[in-house]
Amino acid sequence: MPFPPFQMIAGVPLTWYLTLSVVLFALGVAGFLFRRNIITVFMSIELMLNAVNLSFIAFSYKLKQNDGHIFSFFVMVVAAAEAAVGLAIILTVFKNRQTLEIDEVSSLKD
Amino acid sequence: MQLWLIPLLPLAGFALNGLFGRRLSKAAINAIAVGSVLLSFLWVLKTLNTLGAFNGSLTAYNEHYYTWIQSGALNIGVDFAIDRLTAVWLMIVTGVGLLIHIYAVGYMAHEGGYYRFFAYLNLFMFFMLVLVLGANYLLLFVGWEGVGLCSYLLIGFYFLEKFATDAGNKAFIVNRIGDFGFSLAVFLIWTHFGSLDFGTVFGKVQGMPVEPNVGWITAISLLLLVGATGKSAQLPLYVWLPDAMAGPTPVSALIHAATMVTAGIYMIARSAPIFLHSASALDIVAIVGIATAFFAATIGLAQTDIKKVFAYSTVSQLGYMFVGLGTGAFSASVFHVMTHAFFKALLFLGAGSVIHALSGEQDLRRMGGLAKKIPITCVTLFCAGVAIAGVPPFSGFFSKDAILAAAYEHAPWMYWLGVFTAGMTAFYVFRALFLCFFGEYRGDPHLHPHESPPSMWIPLAILAALSLGGGYINIPKFLTPMFGEPHEGEPWLMYVSVAMGLGGILIAYLFYVVAPAIPEGLAKAFSGPYRWIYNKFYVDEFYDATVVEPVIDGSRELLWRIADVRMIDGVVNGAGTTASAMGNLLRRAQSGYIRDYAGWVVGGAILVIAYLGLKGGL
Amino acid sequence: MDAVLFLIFAAIAVVCAVNLVVQTHPIASALSLIGVMGSLAGIYLQLGGEFIAAAQLVVYAGAIMVLFVFVIMLLNEGKERKAKRRLWVTFAGLPLLLVFVALIHNLILHVLPPSDSVQFGAFTGGTAGAIGMKLFTAYLLPFEVTSVLILIAIVGAIVLARKEVD
Repeated sequence: MPFPPFQMIAGVPLTWYLTLSVVLFALGVAGFLFRRNIITVFMSIELMLNAVNLSFIAFSYKLKQNDGHIFSFFVMVVAAAEAAVGLAIILTVFKNRQTLEIDEVSSLKD
Repeated sequence: MQLWLIPLLPLAGFALNGLFGRRLSKAAINAIAVGSVLLSFLWVLKTLNTLGAFNGSLTAYNEHYYTWIQSGALNIGVDFAIDRLTAVWLMIVTGVGLLIHIYAVGYMAHEGGYYRFFAYLNLFMFFMLVLVLGANYLLLFVGWEGVGLCSYLLIGFYFLEKFATDAGNKAFIVNRIGDFGFSLAVFLIWTHFGSLDFGTVFGKVQGMPVEPNVGWITAISLLLLVGATGKSAQLPLYVWLPDAMAGPTPVSALIHAATMVTAGIYMIARSAPIFLHSASALDIVAIVGIATAFFAATIGLAQTDIKKVFAYSTVSQLGYMFVGLGTGAFSASVFHVMTHAFFKALLFLGAGSVIHALSGEQDLRRMGGLAKKIPITCVTLFCAGVAIAGVPPFSGFFSKDAILAAAYEHAPWMYWLGVFTAGMTAFYVFRALFLCFFGEYRGDPHLHPHESPPSMWIPLAILAALSLGGGYINIPKFLTPMFGEPHEGEPWLMYVSVAMGLGGILIAYLFYVVAPAIPEGLAKAFSGPYRWIYNKFYVDEFYDATVVEPVIDGSRELLWRIADVRMIDGVVNGAGTTASAMGNLLRRAQSGYIRDYAGWVVGGAILVIAYLGLKGGL
Repeated sequence: MDAVLFLIFAAIAVVCAVNLVVQTHPIASALSLIGVMGSLAGIYLQLGGEFIAAAQLVVYAGAIMVLFVFVIMLLNEGKERKAKRRLWVTFAGLPLLLVFVALIHNLILHVLPPSDSVQFGAFTGGTAGAIGMKLFTAYLLPFEVTSVLILIAIVGAIVLARKEVD
């Protein structure tokens, strides 16, 4: 990967954006796997969605079309709806089990 | 000509009695059972009359009903045919069968399962008639198997007694061995002649030369002989017949004296063209016959159960018939079938009358002095006795003599053995009769022997008349167009056999009426041979040890324990256990923790991406 | 100049993301997420996505994250406690993720030519007008469907979160 200050070109290589997107996505997955609070897990999911948005926009730039922007827009809309419903569910779970730990929600275990 | 009515009337009787008999009255059951056989007999008479049997001009007549099997080159139709051979059998089966049905009405009057008995009896008539009317080997085999089935059902009629069900099993299983040989013969006939139809097969075989060595014609003949050995109780498959006496006496008379056991004779007589084209098969038939005749007669000398005596007598007489077949005297053999049907059925029915009079006693040692108490039975049984002993001018003399004459022409040693056996036959039959009717009454003093009802003694009387006068029904002349002119033996052969017969009667009279001490003394003096004869030469025990026990043990240990339980169950259960174990293993992935699932998702996603990436040539 | 800007925003984004994963109290995580979104909005601007950048700030950071903060404060659970049992993901998860990142990075380098570069202002299709044009012509159906979706979400959320009516 070309690194400044070795190569100062006007403009940022597109691969950097995509790499950033991957890193953010991996961090989101990490949060999803390693955190135990349900709301934190939810926020990691939002982080993943943001990373994907970034990659959409980056590719939309490359292709010089704004369809990627539209996709991104819809992702945002869906994320909003999902956040609303998901938080409502979390509230219900909290009401029933008095806990926000994801490991406690394990009734499907044998 | 509606030949199909002949077997179907008894079948209708079976259906009606079998399905509705439980609700019918005894009179109704009798009417159906006897009536169906009576109608069948009348129809036989009408048919034979129309075909010209009674004025000696019967030619073969065929009726085709429908094609039963059509598969490739195999074409088997349901055909009934009447020729002279079938005509003789039809008369015997329906006529004697009718008399026995009437007798059974009286004999079974106090037995349970009344309707079942008559239903089975009618079913038996149906199968026997199919057997003799069939125009191809497959229909014959259907009847063959069917009479075996009915024999099993009727022998085991008193199914609550173990010895009866054992006897039924034994009859069926031993018959099966014969049937196996028969089936192989049918397969070979199909293979070599391309058809199972009698006309086609015999037409083809007539055009072939006589086979000098053992070839496939001989093979077919010998396999047919195996089948006949099973059904007609010859050596070595005769062991079921004495045990079959466990069934009711009318069954013994009908099935094991007059009709079913003669099916083997019928089959060989029918297949005569095949046998005649093999140089050695007929010899073997004759040897089997004479050996059986002699062997069974020796066993009959010492039996104490009246029905067993007559059973061994049947085996012995069947041996004579085989001798007749084997020496080429087919018509003599058929003649003897007819006369034997008369006097043997009479002997059995008379024995049944005695047993009925004594309320179930069958042991000769507990009978005696019954002549005045049951006179009709006594007289008719003595008629049968002189017939079977071959005393002229009664029926047995003509038929047995024809066979012995043919035997002498074939091989003199057979004649001498046959004559000696005739003497033994006369001896043991009259021994039984003297022990039963003469002397002091040795039985239970509380019994009051009484004569049988008319439904029982009228058939006895008719059969007695036939036994005495049946010799004048000239069957050999009737069968000349099929089997050629009957042999005329030299006169001295006749004298010797008659002398032997009379001698046997005399010795029996001496032993059992005049001086009863003599047979006891002889039994003690020759106690070794006597014990062997009394125990039927231990043949049953021998079969048990060599055949039955190994089969049962092998079946239990090898086939059941190892093959079935370990291998088959092991595989099937093992499949289940394996699936269960795998399921257990896979179950651990379902931990119930969301983060675990998330981990799986990520892992899977990475795998997919890696795969796609590598495929795309990363 | 573009590169420097990008690096600043990228650094902020990554640091905030790491913070989100590492912090124990959910409120801290929520605030870190807001930081990520803000920096992402800057990056979008660099890529020519004016409308999206604005939407990100208004909708995501302004509405959704506010909702999150509301719920966190409502439930008021406090810091996360130590895990009682360690699942297999805690051991295998980190290596897996590193593998994942390396894989995708490799893929990206493989597919995209290295000369592709982003210059501020090179893409002008991200204006509100252009987006609006596309949105109401080619993507009209998805647009309408998402409005229905939002309606459903509202109804669902209300049904789930209300008190039981006795």
